[in-house]
Amino acid sequence: MVRTVVLVGTRKGCFLLESDEARREWELRGPFCEGWPVYHAVHDAGTGSIYAAAASEWHGSAVWRSPDLGQTWEHSSEGLAYESEGEKKMSKVSNLAVKNGRLLAGVEMPGIFESKDGGQSFSLLTTLAGQPGSEGWDDPANQPPGHLGISAIMFDPEQDERFWAIVQGVGLFETQDDAKSWTPRNKGLRADWPREHEDVGFCVHKLTRSSVDGDRMYQQNHVGMHRSDDCGHTWTEITEGLPTEFGFAAATHPHDRETFYVIPLDPGHGRTMPDGHASVWRTRDAGESWQRLDKGLPTEDAWVGVLREGMAIDTHEAPGLYFGTSTGQVFASADEGDSWSEIASYLPAISSVEVAIVD
Amino acid sequence: MAEVYLPSTLPPLFPGLPRRLELDASTVDDVVAQLDASWPGLRDRLCEPGPAIRPHIHFYVDKERAALDTPLEARSRVDVIAAISGG
Repeated sequence: MVRTVVLVGTRKGCFLLESDEARREWELRGPFCEGWPVYHAVHDAGTGSIYAAAASEWHGSAVWRSPDLGQTWEHSSEGLAYESEGEKKMSKVSNLAVKNGRLLAGVEMPGIFESKDGGQSFSLLTTLAGQPGSEGWDDPANQPPGHLGISAIMFDPEQDERFWAIVQGVGLFETQDDAKSWTPRNKGLRADWPREHEDVGFCVHKLTRSSVDGDRMYQQNHVGMHRSDDCGHTWTEITEGLPTEFGFAAATHPHDRETFYVIPLDPGHGRTMPDGHASVWRTRDAGESWQRLDKGLPTEDAWVGVLREGMAIDTHEAPGLYFGTSTGQVFASADEGDSWSEIASYLPAISSVEVAIVD
Repeated sequence: MAEVYLPSTLPPLFPGLPRRLELDASTVDDVVAQLDASWPGLRDRLCEPGPAIRPHIHFYVDKERAALDTPLEARSRVDVIAAISGG
């Protein structure tokens, strides 16, 4: 039987929501990871393992792993530290990416660690040293309160040595040689603040890539939605038609290169859904026009936020969408966002939502 | 033998780890080393690279705040406290 498993990272542990292919009834399991704050939980389709990036205020950062869909869990932080880089400290594992058993962990202060043994041990892969802006993000005076880190890593499904990384508040970078060298990929992005370098200084919140056209990328930026038709080499803003230019979460349709989802938020301190009207916005024409999707969502007094890893889309024929809120609700749609239902109501504040299809 | 008391947050992370145990240790760091030898990875839960005690973990030896190099007496009591934090 095909199982649909939604991985939910929260302020108080990891939870799993499970259903079948129809995605009508859901079973909740958890909390896992001993209630540690979980910033990002991912599923490795290659091995079946779940990994969760966590940081305990008492016991530090670690990556939890479950080889059996949450039945058993272990944790490790072996090698997950800056041992010989002066004052550079790792304060948090903020993001994970996994491909065929290789696990990459993006951390604060900015760096990427890798594990080749299923999360049992880690070694430093790169700090993107020498890239424009690194003199700022490597300055301990910026940590905290800057909390600059690697907020996202995205593998290329075809080329093992190619992946992208977001340096928080700096921009998007691409490597094609397994992090030996990097190229900033921020041309065409907007920034409403002074920048020290031509190629960086952009606040990329979320990067997604079409799985049917590798040249098509979308990103939610601090100031605007953007699309790329050349694999991130250049970007075009597609904000017009959305209620705000700000947001974090975004998802691409798994079967249609023109369809993309985003959750705009108020850009001020609140960072909740505009007017308390919970909505996901969809484009079916690559950003030429946008449609509000709110059937089944609370449309009044819903002052909820969704973080950068807070929305996911599955790969069923009619893709299902999922998003988790800052107030612990998980909403799901089994019809590409046309209608929604609340599948978990009282979880801790949600940091991340990912989905896996498991046979 | 020093008496070592651990916070309740640690045993769930390391199967078989008790809340209280006796160790023949000469310093706080020696306590940590012996714990880590029996439960690999435990040092990382109490100490940062450096090494240094994690900011929200406190060690007390015979009711006095202690550092990693604090010496232990033959019958010292070592309390490891997870400081008030979180919410």
